[in-house]
Amino acid sequence: MEANNVPQQNISTYANNKKAMYATNENGKYTVVSSTGWEVEEIATKQALAELERLAEKAYRQVVAGEFSPLYFHMYERRMDLQTLSQATGFFKWRIRRHLKPAIFSRLPTRLLARYTEALGISAETLCNLPPLEKYGR
Amino acid sequence: MAGNRKFIHDHSAHCESGVMSLMMRHHGLDLSEPMVFGLAGALMFAYIPFVKLGGMPLVAYRSMPRAIIKGLQKNIGITMKMRTFSSVAKGASALDNLLLRGEIVGAQTSVFWLPYFPEEMRFHFNAHNLIVYGKEDKDYLISDPVFENPMRCPVKDLEKARFVKGVMAPKGLLYYPQHVPSSIDFSETIPRVIAKNAKAMLKTPVPIAGIRGIRMLARTIGRLQRKDLRYAKLFLGHIVRMQEEIGTGGAGFRFIYASFLQEAGAILHNAALTDASEMLTQVGDQWREFALMLARAIRAKTGASIDFVNLQTKLETVADAEAEVYRKLLGTVGRT
Repeated sequence: MEANNVPQQNISTYANNKKAMYATNENGKYTVVSSTGWEVEEIATKQALAELERLAEKAYRQVVAGEFSPLYFHMYERRMDLQTLSQATGFFKWRIRRHLKPAIFSRLPTRLLARYTEALGISAETLCNLPPLEKYGR
Repeated sequence: MAGNRKFIHDHSAHCESGVMSLMMRHHGLDLSEPMVFGLAGALMFAYIPFVKLGGMPLVAYRSMPRAIIKGLQKNIGITMKMRTFSSVAKGASALDNLLLRGEIVGAQTSVFWLPYFPEEMRFHFNAHNLIVYGKEDKDYLISDPVFENPMRCPVKDLEKARFVKGVMAPKGLLYYPQHVPSSIDFSETIPRVIAKNAKAMLKTPVPIAGIRGIRMLARTIGRLQRKDLRYAKLFLGHIVRMQEEIGTGGAGFRFIYASFLQEAGAILHNAALTDASEMLTQVGDQWREFALMLARAIRAKTGASIDFVNLQTKLETVADAEAEVYRKLLGTVGRT
């Protein structure tokens, strides 16, 4: 790739940051060029973010419907899935699945809740509730 | 070994090679990021369908995390001190003591918990490398090579990022050099590391690594037609992210390695290495064309409008061209 062909498309997922790219100058010599982003990368990043959001929104509705405990929503909201949460908390997946049942979750001792709040980086108050509708009620 | 000079931050493409380049320069050994990457023999390709990260199979354009630190240690005779910790408190006080001694310290962290990362870039990736070069009040002074400028990070947040659990958990990993040679015998080292890297790409015993790994990924793409469309598109997007988004200098580290070959050719006055560099640059351009095709496929409205077989053919062409570069390199640097 030549230095003047390094994409400078000001992509939103860089949030005004730049990445260093390696490209050749007019003499064919490699240099480092700061790039404001390539649309191709933006499409891929946005797709991944949209998927995470889709999962969180779906979970929100299922929690509202009483199918799952709020933990289910917060797991996705923090960009995790069952596997990541299991590794971050040290709980087996089957144990987390159990905690996803509203009746069981509401009786969880503080000691176990703390493992989730630690792994998710949110307060117990946040974990046991859903955020207001505006963001996720669509 | 504490450096006696003021630490200088620089912008790099990739975290681990960037950290090691900055660290070597701080200790008086002038190695560019591409030289670090090349000398560590870090160029790779791996497609491991049975290892899943965030629900997607592992696709890697470089060797394992920590392989650059370890490869450099093995190939150029530096000695690194690498320490992991059993508790957050021990890890934090060890870092503070090293900083008091005037050391600049490499650390492995999780991207998700670093507050200076924009929201759009925060994913659960636990093998991000950065340098801590100071502490002021309740902030650590951070040189994160993938950012243009030095950063600050609250003490609590860095502790969290250093001690996340999960795949590739950093366990508070800190590292710094104990011995850095003042010069390297390039005429001996460079041919050896290039030959080794080229062999690893060409002659893998397993079908999931090297050129064979690229071909296996190509076949998998060709079969995506049968899969659920949403999954197929996410899979294609995942490949683009591993190739471009994670800080590879473009084309999944192929441009960085081409830059290394160019520098190596100049050091050794070896025109064949310079030629190989140009060939690899062209291969990199083909990888970028492939990424562009993937991005178009992601945007397609219907599955019928995505030509998966065409994507497969393109990737197979890339694999052929890349294999050609390694054969040339092996012919050049001999059978060491």
